[in-house]
Amino acid sequence: MIVELGHYALILALAASLIQSVVPALGARRGDARMMEVGQASSLGVFLLLGFAFSALTVAYVNSDFSVLNVYQNSHSAKPMLFKISGVWGNHEGSMLLWVLILALFGALVASFGRDLPPTLRANVLSVQAWILTAFLAFILFTSNPFTRLFPAPFEGEDLNPILQDVGLAIHPPLLYLGYVGFSIAFSFAVAALMDGKIDAAWARWVRPWTLAAWIFLTLGISMGSYWAYYELGWGGWWFWDPVENASFMPWLSGTALLHSAVVMEKRSALKVWTILLAILTFSLSLLGTFLVRSGVLTSVHAFATDPSRGIFILMILCVFIGGSLALFAFRASTLESGGLFQPISREGALVLNNLFLTTATATVLVGTLYPLLLEMLTGEKISVGEPFFNLTFAPLMVPLLLAVPFGPLLAWKRGDIAGATQRLYWAIGAALLTVIIALALTQGTEVLASLGLGLGIWLLIGSLVDLVERANFRKVGLSTGFARLKGLPRSAFGTALAHFGLGVTVVGIVCVSAFQTEVVTTMAPGDVRGAGGYEIRFDGMSERDGPNYTEEVGNFTVMENGTTLGTMESARRLYTARQMPTTEAGIRTHWFSQLYLSLGDSTANGGATVVRIWYKPFVTLIWIGTIFMAIGGVVSLADRRLRVGAPAARKSRLAGAAGARG
Amino acid sequence: MTRKGKRLLSIGGMVSVVAVAAALVLTAMSDSVAYFNSPTDIVEKTPAPGQRIRLGGMVETGSVVRDQGETVTFRVTDTIQSVPVTYTGILPDLFREGQGVVAEGTLGPDHLFLADTVLAKHDENYMPKEVVDDLKARGLWDHDNSRPKAADEKGAGV
Repeated sequence: MIVELGHYALILALAASLIQSVVPALGARRGDARMMEVGQASSLGVFLLLGFAFSALTVAYVNSDFSVLNVYQNSHSAKPMLFKISGVWGNHEGSMLLWVLILALFGALVASFGRDLPPTLRANVLSVQAWILTAFLAFILFTSNPFTRLFPAPFEGEDLNPILQDVGLAIHPPLLYLGYVGFSIAFSFAVAALMDGKIDAAWARWVRPWTLAAWIFLTLGISMGSYWAYYELGWGGWWFWDPVENASFMPWLSGTALLHSAVVMEKRSALKVWTILLAILTFSLSLLGTFLVRSGVLTSVHAFATDPSRGIFILMILCVFIGGSLALFAFRASTLESGGLFQPISREGALVLNNLFLTTATATVLVGTLYPLLLEMLTGEKISVGEPFFNLTFAPLMVPLLLAVPFGPLLAWKRGDIAGATQRLYWAIGAALLTVIIALALTQGTEVLASLGLGLGIWLLIGSLVDLVERANFRKVGLSTGFARLKGLPRSAFGTALAHFGLGVTVVGIVCVSAFQTEVVTTMAPGDVRGAGGYEIRFDGMSERDGPNYTEEVGNFTVMENGTTLGTMESARRLYTARQMPTTEAGIRTHWFSQLYLSLGDSTANGGATVVRIWYKPFVTLIWIGTIFMAIGGVVSLADRRLRVGAPAARKSRLAGAAGARG
Repeated sequence: MTRKGKRLLSIGGMVSVVAVAAALVLTAMSDSVAYFNSPTDIVEKTPAPGQRIRLGGMVETGSVVRDQGETVTFRVTDTIQSVPVTYTGILPDLFREGQGVVAEGTLGPDHLFLADTVLAKHDENYMPKEVVDDLKARGLWDHDNSRPKAADEKGAGV
């Protein structure tokens, strides 16, 4: 019964979205306040309806109601509760439902927190949100209904793909979707501004917190996905330049560019047209990502089902939204007046440079991702574009960008002083050069690229903090006044410094792992000892164990350093009984920032011995720790007074109070 | 410098960044991209040594030989031709005889394929898409059962 109610709620949500698509926008055009008001109520209503539909599906999963086709195909009564719940979005239909739920959440948030937006802008934004929602709700109802019943109901389900039975599934998709879908707000604001034909600095102030919030989630979502793949797949890699990864990385790159260009627009009213275009492109890339992942054009763990009608439906959504918004842009962009002028060497100039490199890098990733698909469609020839391609194209574009990062915050608006900025970066330059020299000396000149990369990382780490130190002016005013000054700085300055610092942390991690990791593939019999990264690893033999819905053979290892035992590690070969599918569970042991990583292979022909892959990964965790810094930087920026969503309201109520007092 | 000069300089800078990126993409496309080949392609066309290739097909039943250490040899077949492959390392969980596989690497002397990557499949029903398309195109695909035609029968006999 609850399943039918969920289905019904989904249909009602589609109807409400249809109304919201038309009425508020029409109201904005006619200046009819009551029609514009409809957007508010309907946004909240749609969110509640979809929340109900999602809960209904969750209930079906929790109760293992195998009369629902979706539950039967992706669940099992013996599956642990956590995976029963996260399994709701561990399949095509459920994950699309999560997608629209989050889209509706953002619409509801704009409706409730956007009370201070100009009414026409808000009405238009909510209508544009409803267009997206309508398209995807129709997609779900017509091609991917999660509530389809199955008769007669089977006794047992087919279980979830074992690779997905992990806490990662509970965290990674929701975070990623919050990011992906969050960019829809920037898109809706951009389209609304184009419909209105007017745009000002206030527009950027409204758009920036939403973009920033989406960016924070996307950063964490991608990072979480990377760590999940790292420990779950047992290949020891943290990024594969897989098209599915690229699908989430492209909106991140262009979203990062959007964050920076929105700063220019807010502060200097410049780059208006460009910012609008970027907002459209960023969400278009999110849609493209959804298409690549959900249509089944790619075979991957993310592509749950391949049904051509779905692919064509999403492709149509993609064409209508991207084509339509770009056409609107081409048609209306000239009505937007351009703003402040600036010198090439200035804060604006630095941010333009950032945008130039980030968008070019996005374009290379786009080419590398789509070219194989297009080539196959046009000529039938099949190629694979992998890491070597991106190392040759993406990496060289990142180097000048990363070199420029510390300069940005030190340049003044309008006209900057590059010599002065360089002078203030002397310490950072010195530390970076010293790092390069020490690294070269330690590796005896064999790792030139890695040494330069480490220098680049240190340059970012120290250079990103220079702005704060300079503004506190410790040298002149002493420590205590310096800290007092530091406290008085706007939070966004801290946010910038933290995010750039995090970038440096990630760069150091990437360089260390790529250049200095050691890998041993070896056959071990019980009692054998192998060395890796200064540790000795002893194989103690295999044992068998039963899990809730799998059986596993566990390889037991002891880790030692100079003969003293540090602890044990285990890596397992699991067999999930329902699907008869084997997986490998890697063993990971963290020492400070570095990790030992063990993965079991097959047993050798005569039995007893087994193939083991041992990695020592120096400073690998810095890769993900850096992204956490970036996200914290984003949160700190979001807490800046200027961006706080409620801030304009406070000012207005004060004004109202003052007016009242006067009256 | 005049305002016009500065503007030209900025535009020139942007164009050159984009041009450099385009040049990088084009060189990378010609050097670092791997082409898909079936065993028949390899036997008939004999690609140049050193050229990166993705070899796709089924693991021939009874062909997997593990030596004492970590090196595994097996044959990849499309039921018409087969190519010997050698790989050092850990095979993916779902590597099985009679099942689809994609090996990436280069062709060594004596037509021995030196794989540096053997692709993992993500679930038990998954056949690499490239392999399925290739078999379908050449009429070696059993549409009724969604599986390769001959390989399975061969596998059943063993």
